[in-house]
Amino acid sequence: MSANFKMKHLLGIRELNVEQITHLLDTAESFRDISQREIKKVPALRGRTVINLFFEPSTRTRTSFEIAAKRLSADAVNISVSTSSVSKGETLLDTARNLEAMAPDCIVIRHSSAGAPHHLARVCSASIVNAGDGAHEHPTQALLDALTIRERKGRIERLKVAIIGDILHSRVARSNIYLLSKLGATVSVAGPGTLVPREFADLIEEGVRIERSIEDAIIDADVVMILRMQRERQTDAFFPSMREYAVHYGLHLNHLSFAAPDAIVMHPGPINRGIEIASEIADGGRSLILDQVTNGVAVRMAVLYLLAGAGKGENGTKRNQLGSSPTNRGPQAGSAPRVGAVRESSESGKTGSAGKEKRERTRNSKLQTRN
Amino acid sequence: MRLLIASGYVIDPSQGINAGKSLFIEDDRIVGLLSQSDDPPEGTKVVDATGLIVAAGFIDMHTHLREPGHEYKETIASGVSAAVSGGFTTVCAMPNTSPVNDNAAVTRFVIEQAQRAGLANVFPIGAITKNSEGSELAEMGEMKSAGIVAVSDDGRSVPSAGMMRRAMEYARGFDLPVIDHCEERSLARGGMMHEGHWSLILGLRGMPAAAEEVDALRDCALAELTGARVHLAHVSTRGAIEAVRRAKEKGLSVTCEVAPHHWTLTDEAAQDYDTNTKVNPPLRSREHIDAIIEGLRDGTIDAIATDHAPQHADEKALEYDQAPFGITGLETAVGLAFDLVRQGVISIERLVEVFANNPARIFSLENRGTLRAGAYADVTILNPAFQWTFDVSRSKSKSRNTPFDGRAMTGAAVATIVAGRIVYLHPDFQHLIGFEHKALAKSGST
Repeated sequence: MSANFKMKHLLGIRELNVEQITHLLDTAESFRDISQREIKKVPALRGRTVINLFFEPSTRTRTSFEIAAKRLSADAVNISVSTSSVSKGETLLDTARNLEAMAPDCIVIRHSSAGAPHHLARVCSASIVNAGDGAHEHPTQALLDALTIRERKGRIERLKVAIIGDILHSRVARSNIYLLSKLGATVSVAGPGTLVPREFADLIEEGVRIERSIEDAIIDADVVMILRMQRERQTDAFFPSMREYAVHYGLHLNHLSFAAPDAIVMHPGPINRGIEIASEIADGGRSLILDQVTNGVAVRMAVLYLLAGAGKGENGTKRNQLGSSPTNRGPQAGSAPRVGAVRESSESGKTGSAGKEKRERTRNSKLQTRN
Repeated sequence: MRLLIASGYVIDPSQGINAGKSLFIEDDRIVGLLSQSDDPPEGTKVVDATGLIVAAGFIDMHTHLREPGHEYKETIASGVSAAVSGGFTTVCAMPNTSPVNDNAAVTRFVIEQAQRAGLANVFPIGAITKNSEGSELAEMGEMKSAGIVAVSDDGRSVPSAGMMRRAMEYARGFDLPVIDHCEERSLARGGMMHEGHWSLILGLRGMPAAAEEVDALRDCALAELTGARVHLAHVSTRGAIEAVRRAKEKGLSVTCEVAPHHWTLTDEAAQDYDTNTKVNPPLRSREHIDAIIEGLRDGTIDAIATDHAPQHADEKALEYDQAPFGITGLETAVGLAFDLVRQGVISIERLVEVFANNPARIFSLENRGTLRAGAYADVTILNPAFQWTFDVSRSKSKSRNTPFDGRAMTGAAVATIVAGRIVYLHPDFQHLIGFEHKALAKSGST
């Protein structure tokens, strides 16, 4: 399964192939249950150093990477650089060279400039993980979204996914469009015309459907992804007012009647309640927003493990070690149903609608079929 | 001092000459063409140009020499050194220095520094507006007396159409061409590359082609209104080229130039975030390149200019959105232009036209851009078959910002002669010089 996994860095989804993506997701799945244990730690990255280098404010992603590194027993160091110090301080390359001199195994970088991780990758021998660069990509977000969809739907192939909001400035949208279409989903997008350039239709070979309204995009959708409306963009006057945005491009309960009956709703967070998503939806049974966060840790564990750990794929012998499970719990094959069962029980404790139980039975049978 | 450029193939579209001839030079002037059998006077220094093309000295209409103010990027001395090794005998220096060349004192400084450096001729271009800020006219008359050949606020456009109209009307009184960098700012603001497929993929803010096209259309309308001589710098879009084509059909005095990187590379070149691909106007998509090729073919495009824009390595090492715009071009332009000849886009005569005759005509550089008797003895000797690889580490420029490092080229300028002086001879062609004409017969070299 890991024969094609050969990655030094994770800079984006666009350059990954289906095998690499599937392998990352499978590995993440096998890591997921570590977080359910009483002792949430395995020694997979003992003695390795992971630096989280964040040039943009972030709570969720940085914490997620930090927890992921620690659950794998890596030494994790967080560096937050305020954007203001960039102009007076040292350049990104100098920062990178200094960190490099301390011999980290992996540098996780978030930066407001698209391409900043590529910049680092050129000068560093450590593995670089892109934790979001400008409007370019946010690969681990797309992976955790895919893991969440796969967990709930049992597959990604042939699903219809609608992405709503500020597509132009969204790295999350780009990474998701690449990943979901590579795995066989169809993607439609909608948002204000100023934030959904027509050229997006040709972003990928398979094409992206650009719909005029949120309703059109959502028709028969299996997955509805809502993007965060970045209020700071409002200074650029891409749309007249937040109020108008909320009315025309926010997700309301009645929109869901257009979607597939078992449609799920996702959001990369943090959410603006009442703007891009109604609270009833965010907190409702279709919302997987917190599952996304949970899966974020598993996906980042998988990424760090495969890039910085024994799994790093530079030669055959190392790669072969992937066959023996990083969790010391036996090989991943056949583990998915068990993991699925664990997740299901925790969820049915959370909500209890009959419809949902029915959907989950369907999902479970799909999972069984898949395996 | 007598110099004979012997047995070369002389191409001079300004006189309709395209024949095997020898070019005879005395001091800084061309005496005339001799047939192969004519003997020059005893003691004439000889350059053996057998198998080579002899053309009027190439003129770069668009060069950033960075001095005064940004000497860490380039000096006039390093810039002209790069120019002559790229085959240029003359460069026209853009005014966006620090201070801006918006008055006669700066103009005179540039000319004096160029005289100190020797090598190539340098003609300064003055600013259109004071400090190129777009609000008050610069002293064009004073600068013209000091030696400018055109005016431009290059690096930015003149944002107000009303101001541009005044500038054109005023410049007309001094017979100065007005050069515009077409970029409608409210459309291009914050852009780092061409807006399109690749800017979306890379997540970099784009500059739409329309930003250039809107200003090009405006300038053509103003050329009609004012009757001024208008030259559009580094056109890179289909719309701008079409605007120039229509203006020419109307008989307006509108000309334009194109830079080699704009037909050689597409916006796809930015895909690894290599800041050496960050240039303004940006590298465009295929359809615009096709329009440039068409414009070169049908004569809509008058000149090839380098837009040589040196930037320091430390600045180009910043993140893509932080790094400055610019590509060096003096040493790669001729090599890249030979691609067009090999592809059949332009003939070798037209290559000489766009590098020599037309730039001299547009900027009214008297006795340059031609091999006519009495003209300045500025000569570029070309070898269309010479295969070479551009190695930026050997560049004469102080800067290294080029996406063409390591590029294999066919065709180059192998010798550059300015005012009768051999200022550059390619290392592989040192043997071409004999001490006097008899040495040639003895050596029997190719």
